Amino acid sequence: MKVFARLTLLVCLFAGSCFAAAPAPDPAKPGEELFRLSEVSGLYGGHLTIGERAEPKTLNPVTSTDAISREVIGRLMGDLIEINRSTQQTEPALAKSWKISPDGRTFTLQLRKGIRFSDGHPFDADDVVFSFTVYMDEAIDSPQRDLLIIDGKPIQVTKLDQYTVRFALPRPYAAAERLFDGLSMLPRHLLDKPYRDGHFAQAWSLNTPSTAIAGLGPFRLKQYLPGQRIVLERNPYYWKVDRENQRLPYLDELVFLFVGTEDAQVMRFEAGETDVISRLSSENYNLLAREKSRDRSQLADMGPSLEYNFLLFNLNDLRGKKLDEVAGKQIWFCDLKFRQAISAAVDRASIVRLVYGTRGAPLWGNVGPGNKLWINQSIPHPPQSLETARQLLKSAGYSWNSSGQLLDPAHKLVEFSIITSSSNTQRLKMATLVQDDLSHLGMQVHVVPLEFRALIDRVFQSFDYDAAVMGLGGGDADPNPEMNVWSASGTSHLWHLGETQPATPWERELDQLMQQQMVTLDYAKRKQIYDRAQQIIAGNLPFIFLGTPNILAGASSRVGNFHPAILDPYTLWNSDELYVRGPATERAGTR
Amino acid sequence: MRAKTLTLIAALVLLHLILLFAGFFAPYDPTTQSRELPYAPPTRLHFRDSAGLHFRPFVHNWKTSAESDISETYKEDLSQSYPISFFITGSGYKLLGIYESHLHLFGTTGPARIFLFGTDGYGRDEFSRVLFGGQISVAAGITATLIALFAGSVLGIIAGYYGGLVDESLMAVTELFLSLPWLYFLLGVRAFLPLHLSTLRTFFLLTGVIGLIGWARPARLVRGIVLSSRNRNYVLAARAFGASDLYILRRHILPATFSVLLTQASLLVPRYIAAEVTLSFFGLGVNEPVASWGNMLTTLQQYSVLTSYAWLLTPAAALVVTSVLYSALADVFHSQLESLTT
Repeated sequence: MKVFARLTLLVCLFAGSCFAAAPAPDPAKPGEELFRLSEVSGLYGGHLTIGERAEPKTLNPVTSTDAISREVIGRLMGDLIEINRSTQQTEPALAKSWKISPDGRTFTLQLRKGIRFSDGHPFDADDVVFSFTVYMDEAIDSPQRDLLIIDGKPIQVTKLDQYTVRFALPRPYAAAERLFDGLSMLPRHLLDKPYRDGHFAQAWSLNTPSTAIAGLGPFRLKQYLPGQRIVLERNPYYWKVDRENQRLPYLDELVFLFVGTEDAQVMRFEAGETDVISRLSSENYNLLAREKSRDRSQLADMGPSLEYNFLLFNLNDLRGKKLDEVAGKQIWFCDLKFRQAISAAVDRASIVRLVYGTRGAPLWGNVGPGNKLWINQSIPHPPQSLETARQLLKSAGYSWNSSGQLLDPAHKLVEFSIITSSSNTQRLKMATLVQDDLSHLGMQVHVVPLEFRALIDRVFQSFDYDAAVMGLGGGDADPNPEMNVWSASGTSHLWHLGETQPATPWERELDQLMQQQMVTLDYAKRKQIYDRAQQIIAGNLPFIFLGTPNILAGASSRVGNFHPAILDPYTLWNSDELYVRGPATERAGTR
Repeated sequence: MRAKTLTLIAALVLLHLILLFAGFFAPYDPTTQSRELPYAPPTRLHFRDSAGLHFRPFVHNWKTSAESDISETYKEDLSQSYPISFFITGSGYKLLGIYESHLHLFGTTGPARIFLFGTDGYGRDEFSRVLFGGQISVAAGITATLIALFAGSVLGIIAGYYGGLVDESLMAVTELFLSLPWLYFLLGVRAFLPLHLSTLRTFFLLTGVIGLIGWARPARLVRGIVLSSRNRNYVLAARAFGASDLYILRRHILPATFSVLLTQASLLVPRYIAAEVTLSFFGLGVNEPVASWGNMLTTLQQYSVLTSYAWLLTPAAALVVTSVLYSALADVFHSQLESLTT
């Protein structure tokens, strides 16, 4: 009864806010070059609610770093070229076409004519040039800046005419068009002044009035209620149309509700208070699946994600760090046979079973089965073998004492600790399973859960740790985002940070291969290079790869065109196509 | 009344014996993972099959069936039944920490497993973990109580017996300790300690900290008794005969505090068990894979676990039972004390 009353109240509240002012889609103008999605159809009206774990920190697309801000901003802004999340291929967006010069160094983009920002102001090449100036400005320190500075030189952006822009790269850059995804085009008419005045970083905070924010995304800001929700409404000038040439998006509103935790997200979804949920853990997915009999939701298991979780040993250069204890253990960690033994002893099948509830995949390399375009299928998948592990240790001079404890060649007990984030139950569970696996080899392993910041500090700054269970990847299927992990100078070169010279021959070769793949334009050749890189990684085990979770998402059954993808943002990438099924279609759908 | 008291004491003794000899009563090692059986529900004991009624219970194995898209479900494999055997040899353990033994009270032979309280997310036997976890949690409660009572009675006697400035300053300190929000204080203290500690060190640090914070209340009680008995006629007489302070304390004053201390002990033990459970629940107690009631309950912080696997609440049930028994004991001590004094 109480629940009903609460729900009715909620519905009334939302209905009230919906009917208040939902701008009708603007009729198409002659000369407006719209993007027609020939397979999309749906119904106008309604709103969808999404539960978020936290509030976005900013609405500034240039300075935002956290996933939640980016999820909201992504709905407000448009890119020149987009990666279609379901095909993983690039497709035209604000740029209707582009040409690459034969040497792969010049991109000429043709912009759509006659399209407008969400405040009605027209969009043209000046906005593009302005946006790139801001992204590449050192003073603003955008996280995207690194991508646009190649070999220390910025990309040259030139306006050729009102609707043509040329990008000149200092050297050939493989899959450079993928760079454009995630670089939101900024309205020069709104942001030029704050940029000139030198307070661009403070622009577009959450307190900025909605009239001062405009983008080229399917929605625009309507209202932000601190601690409660952020409401987006239809952008009436959006540049995509459906099969019937109706202007998208279908939804009147998109509501992001701040609910606090992952569990709260699940409970709200269960109660029907939110309509879309992503990044589900397998346990929560199963929980919702059991309730699925009520026919209230559609759940999707999209298969293995691009993320890789791994056990990492501290191979950093500790000279002058006063970490003698860790340095003493590095004799083991640096020994390839030791790492191979650990890799052989880890029971990956159990990790998939117990950590991911079978909704995941074991990993032996950095590219998992979810990345069909780039995975090297020839990397071996040896099953767990304690026997192999013991042989490897024995051949490296290790021995066992009478009570079965492992001794290193200097007859020291092998004992180390694995740190992991206490808030990530999946990685904590992985570490506990690895601990048990290694106890069968006579290793004394301790699992130390740490608060996330403390963990990051130890791994990136102080290097005061033995081993860690962490996860990386998941951004894009292309090898380029992996550059910062595998090239020696990369910022996420976790096992040995701040390397000036590759420490070992295999690291040198890996570094060269990564640089090489970046300038190779031909897919087949690039694949060959990246295959070799994967082979080196799997063979030398700087990380002991453990597993990857499946991408699990859900939506209420009244959501139409729900097509989650394994690339981030998993569920809202096609928010312009999502619609609310009417009573009739809903009945048809549940039949 | 008497029968009730006896039953209560018998129950308490039994509880502690079971925990003390957990290795014998538990069918499995608490850290052994049966990875093919995560979150298995409690094994059902059967007495009846097609052949009729059996005196000796038997069990069926769980088989997992991933029949639908929905999470795997456990079903009993009825094709095979395995009788429960008593006094069988199984995994090794150390009795009282000294004697190596392999004898278990009960178990099954062959491929069958018996999980009286089901299994946790790693397929570890929850029943064995409740017993071994109880060892840590209850021992922590008792040790912390002993520390608190010892410190409390020593300081209480000093304050009560000598009075004056000593008394005043000590009682001011107790007020400070009594007004401490102890849980936050403990969380704070634990955060200052090194992260990686052995189980034994963590245990003693925990109990030491809990006990040292808890001395204030017993100290005030003891002080009150000492204060009142100090001026009793027999004490004055003893003093007149030239008895030393130590003699009077030992002979006349300590015995008077005895019953109060007993009542306090039975009240404090469950409180301090709960304190250990609370700290371990927040991940500040003994670390995995060693079991304690608190760290076993941490997995219930996940909504999906809490709503799906009711048997993982058994450590909480064990905590409730222990607390109820101890509070009942405190009641008994209290009424005994009253009947003595009136």
